Amino acid sequence: MKSTRRRFLQTAAAGIGLTALSPTLSAASEAKSFGPDEVGMLYDSTLCVGCKACVYACRSENFDADSSSELDEKALAEQRWHDAYELDYRTKNIIKLYQNPDDVNDFAFIKRQCNHCQSPGCVSACPVKAMTKNPVTGTVQYDKNICIGCRYCQMACPFKIPTFEWHMTFPKISKCELCRQTPKGTPACCRVCPAKAVIYDKRSILLAEAKRRLAENPDRYINKIYGEYDYGGTNVLYLSRVDFEKLGLPNLPNYSYAGVSENIQHTLYKTFNHVPIAPVALYAALAAVAFVQHKRRGKKDAGNEAKKDGGEK
Amino acid sequence: MSSEHTYVKAPGKLITPTTVILALIVATGFSIIGYRLVFGLGVISNLSDGYPWGVWLAYDVAAGSAFACGGYSVAILCYIFNGWKYHPMIRSALVTSFFGYALAGLSVMVDIGRYWNAYGFMMPSRWQTNSVLFEVAVCIMGYTVVLLIEFMPSALETLRELKPNSFIKKLADFTAPKLDKVLMFFVVLGMTLPTMHQSSLGTLFVITGQQLHPLWQTNLLPLLFVSNAILLGFAVTLFESGLSAAGFKRPFEAEAFGVAKVVPIVGFFWLAVRFGDLIYRGHILTAFTPSFHMVIFWIETLLITAPIFIFLGKLNPRKLFYTALLLTLGGGMYRIDVYLVGFNPGDNWYAYFPSIPEALITFGFIALEVLAYIVLARLLRLLPAVHTAHN
Repeated sequence: MKSTRRRFLQTAAAGIGLTALSPTLSAASEAKSFGPDEVGMLYDSTLCVGCKACVYACRSENFDADSSSELDEKALAEQRWHDAYELDYRTKNIIKLYQNPDDVNDFAFIKRQCNHCQSPGCVSACPVKAMTKNPVTGTVQYDKNICIGCRYCQMACPFKIPTFEWHMTFPKISKCELCRQTPKGTPACCRVCPAKAVIYDKRSILLAEAKRRLAENPDRYINKIYGEYDYGGTNVLYLSRVDFEKLGLPNLPNYSYAGVSENIQHTLYKTFNHVPIAPVALYAALAAVAFVQHKRRGKKDAGNEAKKDGGEK
Repeated sequence: MSSEHTYVKAPGKLITPTTVILALIVATGFSIIGYRLVFGLGVISNLSDGYPWGVWLAYDVAAGSAFACGGYSVAILCYIFNGWKYHPMIRSALVTSFFGYALAGLSVMVDIGRYWNAYGFMMPSRWQTNSVLFEVAVCIMGYTVVLLIEFMPSALETLRELKPNSFIKKLADFTAPKLDKVLMFFVVLGMTLPTMHQSSLGTLFVITGQQLHPLWQTNLLPLLFVSNAILLGFAVTLFESGLSAAGFKRPFEAEAFGVAKVVPIVGFFWLAVRFGDLIYRGHILTAFTPSFHMVIFWIETLLITAPIFIFLGKLNPRKLFYTALLLTLGGGMYRIDVYLVGFNPGDNWYAYFPSIPEALITFGFIALEVLAYIVLARLLRLLPAVHTAHN
């Protein structure tokens, strides 16, 4: 009996171990490709003058009176917007400054908003399909009417983009959705940028444009288009003179952690005709053993029960 | 069934200084929940966009549901491995499991921002089966129901002792034998479901990627979490045996010594996976590179390793109780380290530490769990009848 138990544990461990380790390897190769009509933005940090027109345009475009706090309304009435330091429930887009502490002339701006990943962590994480990736435009969209407010999307985003209305009685998630409610189609930030530092188009066109700029001015940029492959590719692309990590864009692998996580789930919960195989097999195995043990006990019981009688109440 | 002779009620009155104090802590916690429902999460908690998951999920759900794995661990031991030998321990284990899970579910409802949309889990059109959280949520809801069914025999048994002609007694008399026939199907479900969601509680953090410190981030999180849950299930069961022996002034349950001997088997398995994985991923040196996380890692590892070795040796009730307590702390710490301590969203956010109201809500839940256990143990026959404390 003891040796069978050990063997069972060994086999189980080996099985689970192997299935859990394999996803890393296959995740990279399974990177999905971008559709022909997927849209995105190209932000060129070297062109940005840091005027923040995009931040204000974004706020006006996406201003939601329902979720503003008293402070926001006061600021709005006085034509004086609260200046945010991070993305928050009312700031879906922000310009940040990188400053080299040792050299005043070494600085760069960075625009932060949702990158609309090819394999988004938030979409994979959301338990109820409140976060979805538009199959045509590739925009990652949020539906507050389905959202349960679990905030797993915030945990799952490697760029820390989704924000939450912490001050609200009935809060919701907030993130850039490429101004999908806009009739004009072009997101507010791209409409107002005076330096054309951020432009909106199909991703394929933007990628070609980014490559052209890199080829024409190799000295102006570091030789990388952030978002081309990072995290499995994102619909928003970045060019910069400064290291992307200094600008707050994390150094990520060329595959999405969402893919790794889904691979584990799909391996453990592989289905056959909508029936998850492993859990059903586990149930059957446990039921079989438990049944045998139950039978065996029935035989023993006849003798033992008589002894136990007379115990305290 | 001869359960009258296998299980007994705990002695003592319902209203005692202990239960009154517990009730006050519960009341405090629930008042703050009321406040949270009106004024929002931000007012009472230290949660932020950087640390959107705090102590309610780390302690109440991740650690709490594993502390509630007594019913799971003892069931595996009892129904699978040793032919019902430890069956007398199962009832009290099931009760704590039920409260652990029910309260984990309740604290999730306090935690989620748009709780009125939670009915979406009942609508197949909204199921997002790629989501690890979906699996965890559905599985935990299912398991709570299974625990309730598994617990029914003890409740029915007491109801059947009511006045002969009462309606409830008749209903209980009618239900009990039918339940007895199908109970085994639920018992097996009660072993399958925790295997699923306890592993998924670990998988939840795979998607956080680089935000979780490399000492904890691994694709083996599901395996580590499920074996850690089994380990904790045993530890908590042993801890509770000691506690109810002292609290209800009963002799020590002899079965506990047998259960203690199983702990090292699971424990060494867990340690092997933990360190094997660190070596495989090339992060074993990270465990020896001085840092805050290194210290945390070794405290956690020692709190788990030491009890395993103590359990190998000779035990007495006192030693068993304290060792089980250490193991509970260590196992729970591992889970909290994954959910909070090892989690770092970047330099832009202040490190998270629970606010006082947040902690008070958690204390309220813990107090409710203990209170409900005391009350039920005195009303129903849950505890094993003690034969002799000598093994």
